[in-house]
Amino acid sequence: MSTATSTAAELALDSQGTPKGRSLWNHAWTRLKKDKYAIICALIIIVYFLIAFLAFIGAIASPWDKVVGPSYAPPSTESMEMWFGADIFGRSVFYKVIHGTRVAISVGFVVALVSVPIGVFLGAVAGYFGGVIDEIIVWFYSTLSSIPNLLLLLAIAKAVGKGMGAIYISLIITSWIGIARVIRGEFIKHKQRDYVTAADSLGASHFSKIFKHILPNVSHFIILNISLQFMSAIKAEVILSFLGVGVSGPSWGNMIDEAKLELARGVWWQLSAATGAMFFIVLAFNILGDALRDALDPKIK
Amino acid sequence: MFSFLVRRIIGAIPIILGVALVVFILFNVVGGDPALQMVGKHATAQQIADIRREYGLDQPLHMQFVKYLGEIVTFDFGRSYATRQKISDMIVNGIWPSMSLAVPAFLATTLISIVLSLLVAYFRGKWIDRVGVILCVIGMSIPSLGYILFGQYVLAYQLNIFPISGYDYSLGGRFEYLILPAIIWIMLSVGYDVRYYRTALLEETNQDYVRTARAKGLSEPRVFFKHVLKNTMVPIVTNVILEIPLLLLGAFLLETFFGIPGLGYITIDALNNSDLPVLKAMTTVVSLLYILGTIATDMAYALVDPRIKLK
Repeated sequence: MSTATSTAAELALDSQGTPKGRSLWNHAWTRLKKDKYAIICALIIIVYFLIAFLAFIGAIASPWDKVVGPSYAPPSTESMEMWFGADIFGRSVFYKVIHGTRVAISVGFVVALVSVPIGVFLGAVAGYFGGVIDEIIVWFYSTLSSIPNLLLLLAIAKAVGKGMGAIYISLIITSWIGIARVIRGEFIKHKQRDYVTAADSLGASHFSKIFKHILPNVSHFIILNISLQFMSAIKAEVILSFLGVGVSGPSWGNMIDEAKLELARGVWWQLSAATGAMFFIVLAFNILGDALRDALDPKIK
Repeated sequence: MFSFLVRRIIGAIPIILGVALVVFILFNVVGGDPALQMVGKHATAQQIADIRREYGLDQPLHMQFVKYLGEIVTFDFGRSYATRQKISDMIVNGIWPSMSLAVPAFLATTLISIVLSLLVAYFRGKWIDRVGVILCVIGMSIPSLGYILFGQYVLAYQLNIFPISGYDYSLGGRFEYLILPAIIWIMLSVGYDVRYYRTALLEETNQDYVRTARAKGLSEPRVFFKHVLKNTMVPIVTNVILEIPLLLLGAFLLETFFGIPGLGYITIDALNNSDLPVLKAMTTVVSLLYILGTIATDMAYALVDPRIKLK
């Protein structure tokens, strides 16, 4: 973005004749649109979401556990079912990858959707009020983050029991900490700024100061964190399923677990399909996350 | 210095109690009957009663918690349910194999990352930089399980360059078993580190003093290696120090796949055997070591950065 155009935009006047500024989001969107890698990555993520949704409603790859060929049939282009070959029971690896996508996307979606609001709320309250409330919340997340993440995830999953619920709960309990830390730090900075004092002198309530005044000014951290949470939840689900405390049925982690013994027999397609599927979405989130960070950085205009 | 240390340790006590409480709740309160989980569904009432007595599960919860705190203080966690070994011995024996993988792999990763980040940052904007950044992002996106499984399959099983798995307690014999996991460790972490250091180096090149140095006619290599690098050492050293507490864990998956009998291996083994006393002790000990590690980190950080005073 050249300086000239942005200055021109800032000086443009609206119909009432007051200078029309452009918001952070405006700038970010303009910049993001020009970044063709970011657009490609966003499209890849949308395709994953679409596949997950269609598998969820049963429109594609249903049923996944149908026998479609001989045991360990290698990949072939004859039919879509055989694109990635067959597993030990002759089930389509392609269908299993699609259902693994459904599991991964739903874990990422649910965990980000629940843990980010929790983290934002606790971080905002801790940073804004300070004092005892702050100390309790900080104590709570320092305690949880002192237990190494994988051990905590394993302990929670073990305590809650096997299955999708255990994965959701363990990831939600561990995922809100990062964003809570960031938001708390930002609230401590912002609560003494002039605009908050001004709102205060106009009689704004605590609720309105937190959510109406300060929160919009730190919202770009939330957007960045959602994409980060989504990616780490997908990675964690694969590790947990691989270690046998996760979901039963097709998931990328379970596929990798099955495939670790198949490699020695020359059966490489199940492992490649699962790691490949995971690679592309993590890559897309990595690149999109970087692009978002650059686009939302107010220092680069 | 001494009073700083004392204050940090006193400050860590609420966190340590918190960790103990969380671990206790997870293993003894919400997890259902631990005795039943360990012996399985087909145990007799007598077996279950024996286990309850051995691990003190027949007592009220607050007594169990007090007993657990006592275990932490005395570092005596009883015996493993699966192997009957003393858990404290298992942990002590696991530290050395973990460290013999983690320490060399970590040092090599740090060295390689610093060299590579200097290279890409020096040629910033040129093709070397672009290729470097792309490789880093690709390297970060490959799943860790993919690195381990394909690495083991291709380099150890097919090409037969390294042994597939195992561990030798003699100093020379250990070496051949540790090379491949160490290489995979480096591959796993070098992408993150190079990108982080590159960003730190580039941030420094935008500072005013760099412009001054260029304006007075210094050559670019001199500006970069003398002025920029020196000032970037603070974020680099910070990152290195912050990663040290994480080394205590070794690498769970690497140790499991390559049969290195370290802390990670013991933990995964206990998980597979539903050996809850070991899992609980391991979670507790590693968390406590982690807390101590962060205190040590704070002190080391204060020593490196003259702007931070040990008040």
